[in-house]
Amino acid sequence: MSWYKRLEKGIQTPTALKKETPDGLWHKCDNCKNIMPTRDYILNAYTCLHCNQHDKIGSAEFFSILFDDNQFTELDPNLSSGDPLKFVDTKPYPKRVVDTQAKSQMKDALRSAYGKMNGIGLVVACMDFAFIGGSMGSVVGEKIARAIDKALELKYPMLIISRSGGARMMEAGFSLMQMAKTSARLALLAEARLPYISLMTNPTTGGVSASYAMLGDFNIAEPNALIGFAGPRVIRETIGKDLPKGFQTSEYLLEHGFLDFIVDRKDLKDKLTALLSMLLHG
Amino acid sequence: MYLDFEKPIAELEQRLADLQKLASESNVDVSQAIQSLEENLFHLKQETYQNLTRWQRVQLSRHPERPYTLDYLEAICDEFIELFGDRNIADDKAMVGGFGSIEGQTMMFIGQQKGRNTKQRQMRNFGMAQPEGYRKALRLMKLAEKFGKPIVTLIDTPGAFPGIEAEERGQAEAIARNIRDMFMLQVPVICIIIGEGASGGALGIAIGDKVMMLENTWYSVISPESCSSILWRSWEYKEQAAEALKLTAEDMKGFGLVDVIIPEPLGGAHTNTAETFQNVKKTILDTIAELKTLDPRERINRRIEKFGKMGVFQE
Ligand SMILES: [Zn+2]
Repeated sequence: MSWYKRLEKGIQTPTALKKETPDGLWHKCDNCKNIMPTRDYILNAYTCLHCNQHDKIGSAEFFSILFDDNQFTELDPNLSSGDPLKFVDTKPYPKRVVDTQAKSQMKDALRSAYGKMNGIGLVVACMDFAFIGGSMGSVVGEKIARAIDKALELKYPMLIISRSGGARMMEAGFSLMQMAKTSARLALLAEARLPYISLMTNPTTGGVSASYAMLGDFNIAEPNALIGFAGPRVIRETIGKDLPKGFQTSEYLLEHGFLDFIVDRKDLKDKLTALLSMLLHG
Repeated sequence: MYLDFEKPIAELEQRLADLQKLASESNVDVSQAIQSLEENLFHLKQETYQNLTRWQRVQLSRHPERPYTLDYLEAICDEFIELFGDRNIADDKAMVGGFGSIEGQTMMFIGQQKGRNTKQRQMRNFGMAQPEGYRKALRLMKLAEKFGKPIVTLIDTPGAFPGIEAEERGQAEAIARNIRDMFMLQVPVICIIIGEGASGGALGIAIGDKVMMLENTWYSVISPESCSSILWRSWEYKEQAAEALKLTAEDMKGFGLVDVIIPEPLGGAHTNTAETFQNVKKTILDTIAELKTLDPRERINRRIEKFGKMGVFQE
């Protein structure tokens, strides 16, 4: 299988991950329960060698998969959330943020960076589901807006990797307006005729799907991801009926005309490289 | 119809009506009693409506007698020609639009439409548009742009419809496209929340040079009920959720997330619709005149900058 060879060459496992994964470590798939060497699992871009389950990885893993030699310049790494509404539910919002930051070692639900992908300059903004369900608040919106500004400045293509349940409730109106803010910047990117690729991963719903995730020149997705506007539970409750099998999966969206293609994560770097090469050099 | 917190007002009004009836049917002089009751009523109304909780504003925004989009258009336009269909799949009755003229000026009006009775509510799908509704809206906006006419959107929705067909036909894509494309419209765009402004379903027609809210409306990322069910796992905390979401016109203006609050008559838009319509009409005319002084690119740049500034974070 040629893709596997190319991948062994193309993907450079970050030093940190190499250290953490000595030979003899094993990974058990959540889905099919098969066991495989962790090293092979990582080289397979965190997807199962047996059932092709795409695990919920975050920005660190995606950067290591996409950027050559895991080399990149991170943008706005210190942006973190305010509390404009003084929002309190079961606990105060700032406490929730600080707790999550400590637990996840992340500042918020998205990291952005620029670097080279097989030699092609690229800005990547990638959501982290581990941070309050990948919810979009002011930090996510601002970081995407600034990442697009960087793409405009460097004349680089833009890639946004979405994995989110939608807008962050604790920032209410401010969260909602991030849909507007990010879409406005994408309008400027489109005006500058720079390519924008939106990669949707499991799950991409709500305010994220109804803004930047669906606005790609190329809307693509990982296999079997949940993608939609409303979540399945809300739809089921509204219509009082069971949902058809495979509803709101990547495959369903492809069938209904809302995706350009579905891509296995292990092929992602090569496929994006091929696509962007055609646009930039053809 | 009175809302739960309006019961004391209802009682006073009933007593006043009784006294007035007595006065007309007998020779007893109750004019002084009537006068003092009228004063009490006025003070009680002031007291009530100037100290509304956020949840009470939400209740007013959903008042069954509140004017809907087509009520406004009928009242403020000298002429209105409704236009139908998204040219693709259907005409969505939850989203209405067409060219209208006010004092000789042609504008494109677009808005969600709710129904007044059971049959209408069903036909209008409770003001919850399908993807074809958003696509119809965008078609009409581009039509307005083509002919250089300003656009006025009236927002009143409990959300975009969450259903199987809506997902199948790309609800998320339709809303996203509207949001992006509205930023680039060459003509002036005014957006007015006239009732409920729920989340992406509202935002899908709410990108404008001036975004306004009527005094007793709400605009947020989620309804208080849904917020309650997600954060507290129960529908019972809607009052608390409304407080936490800070979703009123005053809140949203204070945060800089909307530009203007349009005042309503004491008691809400439905208690004196003539005054409500006049306020809205005047605001539209004044704002269009102001926006017309800018050239299109300047308007677009300011639109993008305005939304670009929204957000609170620490570096
Ligand atoms: Zn597996």
